Amino acid sequence: MKTLPGVDAVIVGGGWTGLLMAKELGSRSGLSVAVLERGKHRESADYPGTMDELDYAVRLHMMQDLSLETVTVRHDSTQRALPMRQYGAFLPGSGVGGAGEHWNGICPRFLPDCFELFSRTVEKYGAKRLPADHSIQDWGVTYDEMEPYYTRAERMLGISGKAGNLRGKKIVGGNIFEGWRSAEYPTPPTKIPYFSALFSDAAKALGYHPYPSPAANLSEPYTNPDGVSRSACFYCGFCERFGCMVGAKAQPTNTLLPLIQERNNISIRSGASVRRIIYGAAGSGKRAQGVRYLDDKGEEVFQPAELVFLASWTLNNTRLLLLSGIGEPYNAQSGKGTVGRNLTHQVAIGAATAYFEKPLNRFMGSGAAGVCISDFDGDSFDHSGLPFLRGGHLVAMSMGYRPIANFGILPPSVKAGWGSDWKKAALEYYDRTGFIGFSGEHLAYKGNYMDLDPTYKDRFGDPLLRFTINWGENERKMAEFVTPKAVELARAMGAKEVSSFPGLKNYDANRYQFTHIQGGTIMGNSPDRSVVNPYLQHWQVPNLFVLGASTIPQNPSAHPTLTILALTYRTADAIVDRYLKSPSQLA
Amino acid sequence: MLVYSLDRKPFRLFAQTEQSVRIPLRFFTQPEALIVAAAASRIFPSDETGPGAQEAGVAVYIDRQLAGPWGRDRYRYTQEPFEENAPAEFGYQGKATPRQVYREGLKDLKGFDQLPPAEQDNKLRQIETTLFFSLLRRNTIEGMFCDPVHGGNIDMVGWQLIGYPGPRMSNYADVDKHFGEAFRPKPVSLRETPEGNNFRPSEDEE
Repeated sequence: MKTLPGVDAVIVGGGWTGLLMAKELGSRSGLSVAVLERGKHRESADYPGTMDELDYAVRLHMMQDLSLETVTVRHDSTQRALPMRQYGAFLPGSGVGGAGEHWNGICPRFLPDCFELFSRTVEKYGAKRLPADHSIQDWGVTYDEMEPYYTRAERMLGISGKAGNLRGKKIVGGNIFEGWRSAEYPTPPTKIPYFSALFSDAAKALGYHPYPSPAANLSEPYTNPDGVSRSACFYCGFCERFGCMVGAKAQPTNTLLPLIQERNNISIRSGASVRRIIYGAAGSGKRAQGVRYLDDKGEEVFQPAELVFLASWTLNNTRLLLLSGIGEPYNAQSGKGTVGRNLTHQVAIGAATAYFEKPLNRFMGSGAAGVCISDFDGDSFDHSGLPFLRGGHLVAMSMGYRPIANFGILPPSVKAGWGSDWKKAALEYYDRTGFIGFSGEHLAYKGNYMDLDPTYKDRFGDPLLRFTINWGENERKMAEFVTPKAVELARAMGAKEVSSFPGLKNYDANRYQFTHIQGGTIMGNSPDRSVVNPYLQHWQVPNLFVLGASTIPQNPSAHPTLTILALTYRTADAIVDRYLKSPSQLA
Repeated sequence: MLVYSLDRKPFRLFAQTEQSVRIPLRFFTQPEALIVAAAASRIFPSDETGPGAQEAGVAVYIDRQLAGPWGRDRYRYTQEPFEENAPAEFGYQGKATPRQVYREGLKDLKGFDQLPPAEQDNKLRQIETTLFFSLLRRNTIEGMFCDPVHGGNIDMVGWQLIGYPGPRMSNYADVDKHFGEAFRPKPVSLRETPEGNNFRPSEDEE
């Protein structure tokens, strides 16, 4: 094994959080920073000419190569887990920029009470209302503490939206249920395509409070505080599963990479597969010494570093801690241990599918061009008489409708699945169909966690990460409650036929439900119940930090990218302002 | 009939109907290709609503997909043990690659292309619940609506059927207009865009 000269900071993973940390440390401290990305090098100039549904949206060209490594899934700890052999429930990215390249750009903040979910829920409804097997906990950071970092992240991305709560003043047209914000969004909302406009009108007529989805896909040209300029969105409809052809969608390669490439104290090594964090006692305390990885030529390398950051997405962050033997693995039977606990996904359902008389021109759109209502989100509505806690938002998104994925979606009245009758109906409905989606909170449970699989291995012979995951009654009842609301909205939109979500059964690893897997290395106030402190610093290994959604204690219904960027800014501040002056526990 | 030359430019060839024309096949044998073409044409027929799998070149599309990395499960996790009868919520857990599924499935359809349409439909109904049929149906839809660079959707016949304009760069001026009425810009394929000339389809990769 070759040992390289030491660096000040090594960052595992070159996606949103890894590159943001690299840019912050590299530009504010002068530290030498090495980013290790196991996928390919990518730049925003790679994307023009790649608007191909088959290779990108169906064959999933931008995702991790499952033949090398995947996860296994089971519903409870008595079952043998099976590998996710091809993509289904979620789509982790690979290459510089990570999943931040192929995302849709939907960019909300979390509701204030999500950060104190345990305390606030007990305060309002009493501890008895929590599910018996829950493992819900507070984050150790409050919304008020997060607000300035949210604002910074929104300005970095140039989020297009409309405020619904400016310093406590509710503003109709924005999301009146959101937490207070210190400033209006950096850019105005995106254009609203027809299907979403129908939803907005229907929601208003039913007394709800529709608002434009916050979007990282720019409504107008924008220059961010770092001096990075991006152009406005053309509504081509190729966002999710694609890199943006014109740089309108904020991606690490068009928002952070240009700044990193200007600096000679930050290097990005692609094709570098980190296999272990090297850790041991040195001097007075336990420290991470660096990382061991295979470089792009297949040579094994040790990279010593003073600071180690895990920024390699939920799966790999958790797995690297388990493989490296850092921290105590969670044991679901005893409840002891922390690494792997609180695995959550998101209640992502097509609550209602609406079939219209008129054509919708759905090929035009953008990843986050749409209209939402949060009237059933979080604790925006009273749960006293309801059989579940929390909620989520309903949305009519116009993200660009592509034919391979959507041809043949038909109302229940059409029975044929192929042949002339099917073709005729499918042609008629192709551009007359729209979905009202729901994304709701997935609570944390003692029985949902990650550990190492005893059977299946990766390309190196290391055990795969294993999911033990299922929905609780809370998620099932929530889906049952919200589905008729979506059906009512679809009818109010003028749909001539509506089909509704059949209900949540077992966790379906084969149905796409957003790429938001959380937990495994969660943050919190206590080393007994969390892996990292509220500054994302490892409780036992103070020079190791973990970034990304693996630190989120339980899923808060909204999409997590903005929040993990805000948390990364907060950690970068704590490191630059405090840790570098006196390396020690920050909390 | 449309034929693709080696530089992927389609040209139209008018053959005498009684003579067979050889399309360079990458995976299928000629009898297999004829069966796939006939079956795809029953799934997505050419009829009074417009062209179908035959005009779109679906069989050529499927042949190329099977010859490429997808056909041999290049990107699928294929370590043992396999669990052939796993519940659907775990996705396909079997061992067979798409190539093997097709090769096996086609054995049961010997002489299919010679049958009259009603008998072909009967035969397909018998295999409707098989993995082979579900792949064939899915691949037929792909071949109807993929970019022509992949060998299907020849002349963008699939896109024209549904009014899909393909990789149209900007809808900025139209996205919030045309409410309630069909807006159907002329389709463009990737090769017709300035940037799409370098696009290399995945089926041509190692």
